Amino acid sequence: MRTSSAPRVARPGRAVVSSAVALSAAVALLATGCSSSGSTASGNPSAANAKITLTVGDFGDFGYKEAGLFAAYMAAHPNITIKEDTTTAEADYWTALQTHLSAGGLDDIQALEVGRISLATSDALSGAFEDLSKAPGVNKDDYLPWKWAQATTASGKTIGLGTDVGPMAVCYRQDLFKAAGLPSDPAAVSALWAGDWSKFVQVGQQFQAKAPKGTYFMDSATGLFNGVVSSSTKQYYSGGKLDYKNSASVKQAWTLAMQADAAGESQGLKEFDPPWQAAFAKSTFATTICPSWQQANIQKFSGDANTGKWNVAQAPAAGNWGGSFLAVPSSGTHKQAAEDLVAWLTAPAQQAKVFQAVGNIPSNMRAYDLPGVTDFKNPFIGPNAPTGQIFSTAAKLIQPAEIGPHAGDLQNDFSNGILLVEQNHKSATEAWNTTVQQIDSSIQ
Amino acid sequence: MATSERRQAWRSRLYRWDTKGSPYVYIAPFFLVFAAFGLFPLLYTGWLSLHEVSLYNVNQSTWVGFKNFTDLFSGAPSHFFWNALGNTVTLGVLSTVPQLLMALGLAHLLNYKMRGSAFFRTALLAPYATSVAAATLVFALIFSPEGGMANWVLGLFGAAPVHWEAGRWTSQIAISVIVTWRWTGYNALIYLAAMQAVPGDLYEAAALDGASRWKQFLHVTIPALRPTILFTVVISTIGATQLFGEPFLFGGQSGHQGGAANQYETLGVLMYDQGFRNSMLGRASAIAWIMFGLLVLLGAANALIARRLRRSQ
Repeated sequence: MRTSSAPRVARPGRAVVSSAVALSAAVALLATGCSSSGSTASGNPSAANAKITLTVGDFGDFGYKEAGLFAAYMAAHPNITIKEDTTTAEADYWTALQTHLSAGGLDDIQALEVGRISLATSDALSGAFEDLSKAPGVNKDDYLPWKWAQATTASGKTIGLGTDVGPMAVCYRQDLFKAAGLPSDPAAVSALWAGDWSKFVQVGQQFQAKAPKGTYFMDSATGLFNGVVSSSTKQYYSGGKLDYKNSASVKQAWTLAMQADAAGESQGLKEFDPPWQAAFAKSTFATTICPSWQQANIQKFSGDANTGKWNVAQAPAAGNWGGSFLAVPSSGTHKQAAEDLVAWLTAPAQQAKVFQAVGNIPSNMRAYDLPGVTDFKNPFIGPNAPTGQIFSTAAKLIQPAEIGPHAGDLQNDFSNGILLVEQNHKSATEAWNTTVQQIDSSIQ
Repeated sequence: MATSERRQAWRSRLYRWDTKGSPYVYIAPFFLVFAAFGLFPLLYTGWLSLHEVSLYNVNQSTWVGFKNFTDLFSGAPSHFFWNALGNTVTLGVLSTVPQLLMALGLAHLLNYKMRGSAFFRTALLAPYATSVAAATLVFALIFSPEGGMANWVLGLFGAAPVHWEAGRWTSQIAISVIVTWRWTGYNALIYLAAMQAVPGDLYEAAALDGASRWKQFLHVTIPALRPTILFTVVISTIGATQLFGEPFLFGGQSGHQGGAANQYETLGVLMYDQGFRNSMLGRASAIAWIMFGLLVLLGAANALIARRLRRSQ
């Protein structure tokens, strides 16, 4: 659904409080070895009329409630009650999920974020989940091939069905672009940096030369870094091994981020933190890397006063940032019913409804052909921009990349490394060395 | 005759059992609960600290001996361990010392006869009753680089705005302010209770001898409070060693590692980061045991000082 380090719609207060709650819950679980089951209903799961409760564990905004999907499913299946068990921040969700994997207490359905999928499909964990490739109504060819491959183990077991993907675009302020003498039409802006992230940094220099006082080209260089890495086929891993030091995309991303910072193009904000949120309303930066889920953040934090000032253009290269899966833990008591629900939730019609409700781009390709997806326009961001087309085009252009079990952690470590330069005024070399040190110490 | 004698003997035996045994029965619940929730986790953590074990698969562990400890002292994570230990000490000093001094002063003031003293005494406890999360959120706003109150006050004196969270000392000062704010009143009440046990004639005699209130504070109050002060020092030191919530919440997205540059990462935060973010339960358990060892050392030092104090009196 979103990046592993950031809430899709960041809600600082609740995120912080919920992390404290999740933490104490996790500690309590560890201390007591508690193993209460998440599902309370009893009875024979195969009996069609037995009353059962299905629990769905997810994080951020999956949009099922907003799109009315749970209500619709319960209406069609009177014997089934669905309970959603949501955590705001994915990091807290994952911490709790790991604890439950050891101590028990998993939900009937558990969402997995793309940064964790490689670990979940590894030998150590894949045994804990059911094979969904043969679930009724599931057709492999409907899903984006790389998305399907991500959730499939080496032995061909598919442990999760894709919910959404995070194709990247660049969201930009057309008024600030105009003020800096740049084109402001989506097609013309896309052409400015088409095909090359270094052109994006060059446009930043042009922007900065004539920009209104107190405005920056980008919110933070970490967004740029993630954009560059996410749009490459070789990221942090190679052949199953951590290999970021030899990765061309990591090198290029780091260099470009340092260039952008040195040229004063970045406001140096920590993404998703309160100052970053506040800066949207203050209109202090002109672009932000924009995976589809970011639209909700932009609208929420910019406020009504900025309606129609944002627009959306294609990213220099197609890439994926975020996106999730739904998995069925083998420990569940209603596995068959859970599989049916997962298959239904990830079917084209349902994914299209989620897209319309909260903007998550479907991972099911057949959903792109449905009305209201490709021809979608966002009333807040570039009312006349072909938003749905930009995102679904990007989704189809994404090349499969090896993700690796700790990709989410690495993304987080590098974001911090760039912050060391932007906020703590370390040199680029010093920041790189600290980042390497952090990675060496955190991955066993 | 025989039966009544036997009954007598039975009764006295019951009585003996009762006087000898019942204290153990009365305290048993505590020790049972302690064994389940205190001792067992402690031993289990110790066992985990000798293994390489993931949070998501606790049943699969590999024996590694003392590798987790040697790693912390001189291996890949050693930089972060020593950094966190240093931060724990500096944060501890920055927060405990001003906190206890202020508590002593406040208690002294509240010890005088004054109007509405009950109100002030209750008000002192309000910060302590506030949750860490709520307090930290408010202070994070106060120390925000964008329009925070701390920078506004600095601006009144013509100082440039400070990026509180990014600097090593500025961030630690900000966190110390939160800790101090929360615990000063709590300690003040402990001091106040001890002060009220000081006999009033001592003050009267001192006043007759012409000692000022400051002199009375120095030469009557402080000596009388010595054991209490020692107690609060120990309690605050234990609290400082385990400091977690304030730095963790203060850092927002990078709170789990105590800031982007680990500039305010304490041992508690490092333990959380290693155990729950990096999923390395073994190493986190090793940190827990090191913290436990530190506290045992601190406790021993305290016992020594307390004994010296008692002898010197």
